[in-house]
Amino acid sequence: MQQPRVVTGVSSVPEPAGAAPLVRASSVTLQYKTPDHLVTATYRVSFDIFPAERFVILGPSGCGKSTILKAIAGFLKPVEGEILLKGRPVKEPGPDRLMVFQEFDQLLPWKTVLGNVMFPMIENKVPRSDAEKRARDAIAKVNLLEFTDVYPHMLSGGMKQRCAIARAMAMKPDVLMMDEPYAALDALTRRKMQDELLQLWNDIRFTLVFVTHSIEEAVILGSRILVLSPHPGQVRAELNSPGFAHEARGGAAFQELVQKISHMLFGDRAGSH
Amino acid sequence: MSDTAIKLTPFVRQEYERDVHVPASIAEVERELPFAERLWNAPWARRALILILLALIWESYARCPNVISDLVAMAWHGNFTGFPACSANPLLFPTFTDTMTSWWDGIVSGVIPARLAVTLRMLVMGYALGLSLAAIFVTFAVSTRFGTDLLSTLTSMFNPLPAIALLPLALLWFGLGAPSIVFVIVNSVLWAVALNTHAGCTAVSETLRMAGQTFGLKGFRYVVKILMPAAFPAILSGLKIGWAFAWRTLIAAELVFGVSSGSGGLGWFIFENRNTLDTANVFAGLLTVMAVGLLVEGVIFRTIEAKTIRRWGMQHG
Repeated sequence: MQQPRVVTGVSSVPEPAGAAPLVRASSVTLQYKTPDHLVTATYRVSFDIFPAERFVILGPSGCGKSTILKAIAGFLKPVEGEILLKGRPVKEPGPDRLMVFQEFDQLLPWKTVLGNVMFPMIENKVPRSDAEKRARDAIAKVNLLEFTDVYPHMLSGGMKQRCAIARAMAMKPDVLMMDEPYAALDALTRRKMQDELLQLWNDIRFTLVFVTHSIEEAVILGSRILVLSPHPGQVRAELNSPGFAHEARGGAAFQELVQKISHMLFGDRAGSH
Repeated sequence: MSDTAIKLTPFVRQEYERDVHVPASIAEVERELPFAERLWNAPWARRALILILLALIWESYARCPNVISDLVAMAWHGNFTGFPACSANPLLFPTFTDTMTSWWDGIVSGVIPARLAVTLRMLVMGYALGLSLAAIFVTFAVSTRFGTDLLSTLTSMFNPLPAIALLPLALLWFGLGAPSIVFVIVNSVLWAVALNTHAGCTAVSETLRMAGQTFGLKGFRYVVKILMPAAFPAILSGLKIGWAFAWRTLIAAELVFGVSSGSGGLGWFIFENRNTLDTANVFAGLLTVMAVGLLVEGVIFRTIEAKTIRRWGMQHG
């Protein structure tokens, strides 16, 4: 396995020896019911997530990656194993683990951008003036300042996702989870959003758990990549990504890592995607 | 495809790149339309014109209701003896001006406002009671599957039943008076509102629900802060349908019996004046019913819509 390398411009930190992980999943098996079937989404998946990591869960559809995220969020209980957040088992959804969804309709249509970003803080008893200040900061960070008082239906898809990110960031959760947040965006917007997210991480250094099925996206965004195999999801590998600057994407090192993951996921059929 | 088919190959053409410049002066970007055209484009202007035309037709027909039938009769018999003389019949069809005068007199003398107040009090009582019951039903329906089945069974039973058909039963149970009327209004409001609200709540997207839960909202706060606003378009349309049912039911019920503690409502006003053959007042009563209906639907509900779901971009269809 490669030595841990960290994103461009950040000095390398060795793997924490005795440090406690923020999130620990140990041997987690997840099942959910459809009207006709009991589906096993993941089978005995284990991983640790440390503070300030950009942890990407990567896998083809049907590997249960979104289900894992839902379990960390507390929407789903493991049938086997357990998920610990700061050493305590996750029981129910809570504002210490906020999620940005793929769908654009996660914003409250009856609140403005500012109202949306303030909402979780107000509901969790952050004083109003404080909440507004934090909300405005977060909105500025995602470049939505001029849309502060606009209702969500007037925003484009990318702006809605930015607003959802700001809403989650402002709350300062222990973990920020993103469930394929850019999958429904066009390619150009997606690229821009990925760069913005990296920039934001560089500024704040939050802990990110990011689910995607795109190998490129995983390599660009992740510092640590959990590769899952499908049906049911099992851990295939955990890899480090050095973090690629814009120019390095498509370069030899980038392609090499992408190819490596492709082979893990698709074996000999692997293309470059 | 035969082997001899010719395959077309695209030409290799010259590439080019250009600077795009904004045209400095396009002579005229936009010009205001002439005043008459703008007026005609305004819906209220066209509707006002229609109202004026209707009033004119009403007035001329009421002044000479016999002209058309007389002319037809003459043509039929083939003996045209000059243009028929007008003979108005205010008992059957009062003129527009008479109706307006009666209406004005009724409003100024305080008779119509007093009757309207009685009617509106009934309406508010029935509407409020209906909404409270609907809220209970919907709460039950969103929290348990049995509640859902109960609500959908009851609504499919009672929704097709015109509430006014329950009036004889109401008279039997509650006697002549306010309770009977409130009973039928509750029946007309309850099912429409409950059905719509429940449909609205179940249609709230899974993403929004999960988002609400990750913020730590549970139970009552979750319902009030997430579910209700998200279902508000459906709730509002339920309120509108409920209002329309209630208003029509109420007037109809009052026509059957309007007397409660000595004073009836608008329906009774219409009925009374028919008995005394004061047809202009009957028309005035009908106009009041229409005016209130228009006011509530066109002003109150429209304002709520504009301030809420249209501003939020939640209005579908």
